[in-house]
Amino acid sequence: MRILVVEDDAVLLDGLKVGLGLSGFTVDTVANVADAMEALAANRFDAVVLDRMLPDGCGLDVLGGLRGRDDRTPVLLLTAKDETADRIGGLDAGADDYLGKPFDLDEVAARLRAITRRGAGRAHPQLRHGSLTVDLAGMVARKGEKTVALSRREFSILQTLMENPGMIHSKQTLEQRLYGWQEDVESNTVEVHVHKLRAKLGAPVIETVRGVGYRMGIAE
Amino acid sequence: MTSIRIRLIAILLMTTGAVWCCAVFWTYLSTQHQLERVLDARLTEAARMVSSLITDHHIEVAAAVDAVAASDARPEFAAAQTGYNRQLSCQIWSLQGQLISRSESAPAVSLAGHAKGYEDTVINGERWRVYAVVNPALGVRVLVGDSLDMRGKLVGDVIKGQLIPALAIIPVLAALIWFSVDRGLAPLSRVAGTLSGRSADALQPVEESGAPREVRPLLNSLNALFQRVSAAREREKTFIAYAAHELKTPLAGLKTQAQVALKSDDDAIRNAALRHISTSVDRTGRLVRQLIDMAAVDSADASRMAGKASIPDVLTDVRADLDSLRTARTVTIKAHVEVAREPVVYDRMLLALALKNILENAILYAPAGSDVAVSVRREGNELHIEVADPGPGMTPEEAEHLMGRFNRGRHDGKGTGLGLAIVDMAVRKLNGRLSLEKRAKNFVAEITLPLDHPGQIGLHRN
Repeated sequence: MRILVVEDDAVLLDGLKVGLGLSGFTVDTVANVADAMEALAANRFDAVVLDRMLPDGCGLDVLGGLRGRDDRTPVLLLTAKDETADRIGGLDAGADDYLGKPFDLDEVAARLRAITRRGAGRAHPQLRHGSLTVDLAGMVARKGEKTVALSRREFSILQTLMENPGMIHSKQTLEQRLYGWQEDVESNTVEVHVHKLRAKLGAPVIETVRGVGYRMGIAE
Repeated sequence: MTSIRIRLIAILLMTTGAVWCCAVFWTYLSTQHQLERVLDARLTEAARMVSSLITDHHIEVAAAVDAVAASDARPEFAAAQTGYNRQLSCQIWSLQGQLISRSESAPAVSLAGHAKGYEDTVINGERWRVYAVVNPALGVRVLVGDSLDMRGKLVGDVIKGQLIPALAIIPVLAALIWFSVDRGLAPLSRVAGTLSGRSADALQPVEESGAPREVRPLLNSLNALFQRVSAAREREKTFIAYAAHELKTPLAGLKTQAQVALKSDDDAIRNAALRHISTSVDRTGRLVRQLIDMAAVDSADASRMAGKASIPDVLTDVRADLDSLRTARTVTIKAHVEVAREPVVYDRMLLALALKNILENAILYAPAGSDVAVSVRREGNELHIEVADPGPGMTPEEAEHLMGRFNRGRHDGKGTGLGLAIVDMAVRKLNGRLSLEKRAKNFVAEITLPLDHPGQIGLHRN
């Protein structure tokens, strides 16, 4: 899952980037309103973690811009202002959730999973495709009774495909969800991860649509 | 005595009591005096009457004497108070000293030995007032006297008659005084009532228009105090909200990095997180210290500011405080101090905080290995303190923004955004100026402090 974190405190920003990365998210970071606007206009993110107080303005401005162009990307507001009135204001401005500083890293991750799940119209915390189950919180896949260990990127590709099993995802889309801006992308990386997934879960699990991309194979 | 009511009542009771006592005493004296005169006149009249009665031979001596004694038995005294019977006693003596006749109540011995006029005598232990008149034609001396004890009793009875109504008035008077004081103090009680009915944080001014003139100065100062307290409380509230807010972000950063360190198996990630924690603790420590500095500068009261500070000494202390930061950033401080060591009138704490924060900023933003130049000089009646660093500096807009009390600066991982606000606030309280500008390759912060009216420093512009 690719998310954008907007936070001006360098230490906290780094902590969120690394920490959410460990929880399986692909994290891009910006530190002010202007950069956040630009990033959101040019890219598609699965969710945004937005600090309320930024050096060049208010996080709610970013939120307003986003909702103004009918962008439904789920937004989790982070703030040091933790009064009830602030929470109400933030939620009414279009945020999906609100978290007061200081927070628990795992809670941020859980809330991000919750708002993206809801945003995608699902309620179940696990993704299913036939006998294949993906537990998003535990970052594990199960084939029948057998637990299969996956790397972060393998997991991310499987998750993307399983969220919309019938849809074909281009290699480019998958790459975007795997890598933040700062990360170098190896040219054949998606093919490598798909190959490994097939090796672990059985070849029919992912279907290659020649010239277009990948989608989930027929459910077993 | 702290109760005005009790005090007033006591004063009023004492003064009216004293006046009342004086009046009673005066009545007593004047009544006594008047009675003496009346009774003396009666003696004279009686003696003359006897003398004239016997002279004209209209009446026998004994009968005349009895007439005198009987004339005294006035109906009211005779009826009600038998004690007043036979007040007057009469004796008629021959000039040779023989008792010719006497009234029934008169003693057998001579009432007095004198020839004529008044005399006080003691007969058988009883005191008498006696009037004597000589009748030369008959060769007799007429003595008419009355008992002084009887007189005293009479005076006492008259006084008693006057005192009893006066005594009856005392409780009425006390009650009236009590009631009047109560009514008189009612406006004060109203003011006290409105004040005591307030909750602890009701600091709105007390309505003065309806209050009595005497209470207004008190209400004025009370309202001024309310104003100061509520301003201070407002500042405190803003400060606490700001401090809590400013501390939450670095705490969130620390917690997140700590969780990253705990979660990750990768040594590189763990070490990076720990390094972040270490620098963040330094920065948060600085933030806490600056918050305390800010509270100290903010609460520095202009009216209490006094004391002297030696500028070179203050600079030495500030440099010692910042030495570990300076070493860590490998910056050299080159100081050039052209002023004498003699202390000048400045608030030492404000001066030290201004210098420390301006120098700390310079050290934080100067590139590693570079020099920060500090110069202190006197120009006319002004003291100039310049701190120059070869760092990036800031635009005038940024500077303006940062000097605002609770404006947050860029979070570049170094400064807290509070330093400049503290410097600006301290310099203002010292009645000086702060200017920030780019000169050649340096960014220069200059503090200008007045020296001309050292006694007035800190008394204006807060």
